Amino acid sequence: MSARYNEILQATKRAIREVDATEARKLIDQGAAAVDVREQDEVDQGVVPGSIHIPRGFLEQRIEDAVPEHSQTVVVYCAGGVRSAFAAKSLNELGYTDVVSLAGGFNGWKNAGEAWHVPATLTSDQRRRYSRHLLIPEVGEAGQHKLIDAKVLLVGAGGLGSPAALYLAAAGIGTIGIIDADTVDDSNLQRQVAHTLDRVGMPKVESAKIAMQGLNPDLDVVTYQVRLTKENALDIFAGYDVIVDGADNFATRYLINDVCVLLDKPNVHGSVFRFEGQASVFLPHQGPCYRCLFPDPPPPELAPSCAEAGVLGVLPGTIGLLQATETVKLILGIGEPLVGRLLLYDALATEFRELRLKRNPACPVCGDGAHVDISTIEYTDAVCAVPSLASAAD
Amino acid sequence: MADTGAISVAIPTPMRRFTGGAANVAVTGTTLAEALVDLGQQYPDLGGRIVEDDGRIRRFVNIFVNGSNARDLQGESTPVKAGDELTVIPAMAGGTGR
Repeated sequence: MSARYNEILQATKRAIREVDATEARKLIDQGAAAVDVREQDEVDQGVVPGSIHIPRGFLEQRIEDAVPEHSQTVVVYCAGGVRSAFAAKSLNELGYTDVVSLAGGFNGWKNAGEAWHVPATLTSDQRRRYSRHLLIPEVGEAGQHKLIDAKVLLVGAGGLGSPAALYLAAAGIGTIGIIDADTVDDSNLQRQVAHTLDRVGMPKVESAKIAMQGLNPDLDVVTYQVRLTKENALDIFAGYDVIVDGADNFATRYLINDVCVLLDKPNVHGSVFRFEGQASVFLPHQGPCYRCLFPDPPPPELAPSCAEAGVLGVLPGTIGLLQATETVKLILGIGEPLVGRLLLYDALATEFRELRLKRNPACPVCGDGAHVDISTIEYTDAVCAVPSLASAAD
Repeated sequence: MADTGAISVAIPTPMRRFTGGAANVAVTGTTLAEALVDLGQQYPDLGGRIVEDDGRIRRFVNIFVNGSNARDLQGESTPVKAGDELTVIPAMAGGTGR
């Protein structure tokens, strides 16, 4: 090393504060942000748990996204403590007021016996495919791994299920289950964009699988070409983290709701009618369920289906993508989920409205002390009532 | 004026055939029950789809008063006044499978 370089390094080290591994761990335990400024191939070998990876070359550019508060304590580390010293100085110059550099770097950290782990890594293909996710601090590599590890079940491969399936596949959800008993018909193609003309007659779940894997060959698509019934629902739902309700009838919607409450799984709800859509997230026991909102389904003569009433083809696209967005948020654990809120979209007026929903403590399914036995419920469109309450309720 | 002015009622698409296609209609009343009676008088075919014969809100319909579910307020007795916005929300099954 040149004398000039050593001079600069020593001057830099004098200008910043260095801490040893024990002190760094204390700061991190107290809420300091740990920023790893090494290169990807070094990070792949092991990291400080909870650290944020920003390669030294991108530090100034990206740090304010990752650590927005300049007063936040930041522990910077590299492999040996040199790059992090320069990085700390740079962060001071950017206005961060409480920055320390880990003396001895990650090697010193490991030698001191502090906790570390090898991060799950993305392949270079995945890094390219998901690069726009990796750039968002709220997603990043840890978030992308959550998406890859997630299992989402789409009930319905129709108007709502199609756009949800395409975008969830593109987002990298690792396992997507899709349940639908129907086959593709040419009258579906006005809105069910996962299917194509040359797949008319094919089971919708197979057609949707081709569409999803065409976008993203990595993902595991599990197809269920059956009607959802109270006999098969518990077994199918058990393997998934989030259920997306894109059903086209009340019987299925009440069944989805009741099973989600029983298994404590989020139910991402969407429905459409002509120019109007509704969406909500029913998170069992934390917010209302579908039955808190609608204890009983309407009689059939008051609830015309889309087959009878029609629907603007683009509308389920909007609602299905709201469902996909909420699903991704739930998996990442970011933002404010649409829990306890019913979002209404009027496509004709181009108007979004939001209504507040509350959990009903007396709800027959999710209420305090309620225990629903789905084997006793008749899931047909006009019934779906919980027997003990249907007569007692009003 | 506060007690007699108009209260607006947003009518959902599936029920607009009972209001001649109107997306918003005006009613009067000092309680939700009174407002719904007025709605039923103006649009007889609509009234029966929202409330039972005895005036209670039907179990597959929700009425929101300024964004809050009447069931979470004082039900049919919830006070209403001019300028309030009622929203009728029926259960909709459509996922456009077929």
